[in-house]
Amino acid sequence: MAAYLIRRLAYGALTVLGVLLLLFVLFFAVTDPDDIARKAVGERARPEVYVQWKKNHGYDRPLFLNREHSVSDGRRYTDTLLFEHFRRMLTFDFGRSDADDTPIGKRLWEGAGPSLSLTVPLFALGLLLGVAVALNVAFFRETYIDRTVLVLCMLTMSVAGLLYIIGGQYLVGLLLKWFPISGFDPNASVVARFLALPVLIGAVTGFGADVRLYRTIFIEEMNRDYVRTARAKGCGDARVMLRHVLRNALIPILTNIVVAIPFLFTGALLLESFFGIPGLGSLTVDAINGNDFSTLRTMVYLGALLFILGQLLTDVSYALADPRVRLS
Amino acid sequence: MHWVSNGVVILLIAGSIWVARSVARSRFWRESAIELWRRRRLALVVVGVFVFIALLDSISWIGGARDGDNVAAFQPRTLIDRMVQPEAFKEASYSAPLASVAFYGGQPLRFPGAHLLGTDILGRDVVYRALKGVRVALLIGAFTSLIVIPIALLFGVTAGYFGRRIDDGVFFLMTVLASVPSLLLLIALIMVLGKGTLQVCIALGVTGWVHLCRIARGETLKLREADYVAAARALGVSDTRIILRHILPNIAHLVIITFALLFTGLVLAETILSYLGIGLDGSWGQMIDQARNELSRTPIIWWNLAAASVFLFALVLAVNTIADAMRDIADPRTRREGQ
Repeated sequence: MAAYLIRRLAYGALTVLGVLLLLFVLFFAVTDPDDIARKAVGERARPEVYVQWKKNHGYDRPLFLNREHSVSDGRRYTDTLLFEHFRRMLTFDFGRSDADDTPIGKRLWEGAGPSLSLTVPLFALGLLLGVAVALNVAFFRETYIDRTVLVLCMLTMSVAGLLYIIGGQYLVGLLLKWFPISGFDPNASVVARFLALPVLIGAVTGFGADVRLYRTIFIEEMNRDYVRTARAKGCGDARVMLRHVLRNALIPILTNIVVAIPFLFTGALLLESFFGIPGLGSLTVDAINGNDFSTLRTMVYLGALLFILGQLLTDVSYALADPRVRLS
Repeated sequence: MHWVSNGVVILLIAGSIWVARSVARSRFWRESAIELWRRRRLALVVVGVFVFIALLDSISWIGGARDGDNVAAFQPRTLIDRMVQPEAFKEASYSAPLASVAFYGGQPLRFPGAHLLGTDILGRDVVYRALKGVRVALLIGAFTSLIVIPIALLFGVTAGYFGRRIDDGVFFLMTVLASVPSLLLLIALIMVLGKGTLQVCIALGVTGWVHLCRIARGETLKLREADYVAAARALGVSDTRIILRHILPNIAHLVIITFALLFTGLVLAETILSYLGIGLDGSWGQMIDQARNELSRTPIIWWNLAAASVFLFALVLAVNTIADAMRDIADPRTRREGQ
């Protein structure tokens, strides 16, 4: 068990380093730091401003190795973009935004709350709805209920996510006036009114794909021997579906959920930006519009890091539950 | 530049004739194709119509413009452009579908009752714009498949077939790329590479190949142990030949199904990119994005949004249902269950 854990952890760490290398190639080697600086200070800025901006944001270092090192003023071989990028990301010292010089770490803290208040209810509602519908559909498989829901899933899956948001805002917000069209309030008692519509739209967007996936999982479980045994013992339909099928199907379902965990933190880009929720998704959209490479870099890194952590946790819990994984 | 797309059209037509002939020659493919036609006739027709429109919009040449139309005279114009004549077939601004007066002001239109889906803010015909979007949408799929399929098959099949070091390397690469949330990676890539059709397709390709590669690798791992591969190896057939003759044809159906699903994902992802301002020019995503504030006008302007959404929906739904049917046909377990 210990050997497996160590191996798995080492692989996770290696993956993090791989992601960092990928980001370095993308954001420093492919993009010229000069371009980033020029976009930030403007084309017509004086050369001094441009050089000063590069110095302030640390883009004036050489790419891989610093050959002009001298021990006396504290500069070393490793005083380069590559090492600085790895050091900063690994110590969570994200520095300042390229666009407006605010510390990125602070904005991440501020954005995490609103993002979570949107994504956690969305996640819970989507999961409950998906599992409940899929369980019923799997039970009534090959009947008209099953076929109707499957056609419905296919139809909802083929609509662009953007359209759900625009349509939902128009229908519920503008015509029916049930909820405000957009906005956010940090006050917990008021915020539900603002979040209801984005949560609903988010749940509808993910509905089709989720139900189809869960249905396949449930049907696979329903063909297993233990279901026949349970029926032979005289278990009723409800007991078979809820106690036997659902419980066993939870393992593959949970594996799929882990994949969605980074989105809880990185936020739903479109929903947040359409509904004016000041979360991490809005932060990312602002970074794209403002050519804010340092913020974007940080968001990509955090998303990947959370994904790797989630996978690590799943694998470890698998190993705890299943001795075959541990020994292989 | 327009000769390139003309050449591609000829290549595409020649290629599809060749594919059709090889499909007809193999029993498995012939029967699968007939079964697919039997089950999804409408969807196949819809996709065929879209492909036809995209082809019409890809054949272009210079000249033949009306007198006095100086811009059009020196630009290559496609068959669709020549049919619609967009420079002439224009109004001043918004007009409702089949209307005879302008939406604001009520002046009589130049072409009363001729705009099936009305005109947009610049007076351009909405049907024409939606038709132009067909080519952009299919281009995303075609360009990206040119990037994704070779890379994914090369990495996936060699990793699965040779194993060991190569497999470790490819698996690590896949793990790293899969750990970055795909939308964020997509955005980062486009920010870094810049806007433009080729750049967006490269970005979509880099994020999209991992899924196909994983499937190709897994399937090759299984096929490597098959008896006919062992027999071929015992007869002294080279690795390259085994891969080309025995492994690739046996994963081809999975590649097609995976790619069909990837394609709809690409077209839908492009709408998000359009919203973020990094999409492709002339796409349905851009039409939707531009039309998004028109709903809040009174009286409401719905036809721009509706046209782009319906075209997008029809294409995605058709490809989705075809992919679904192909999966059922290829997988004997669901085939038995379905009958």
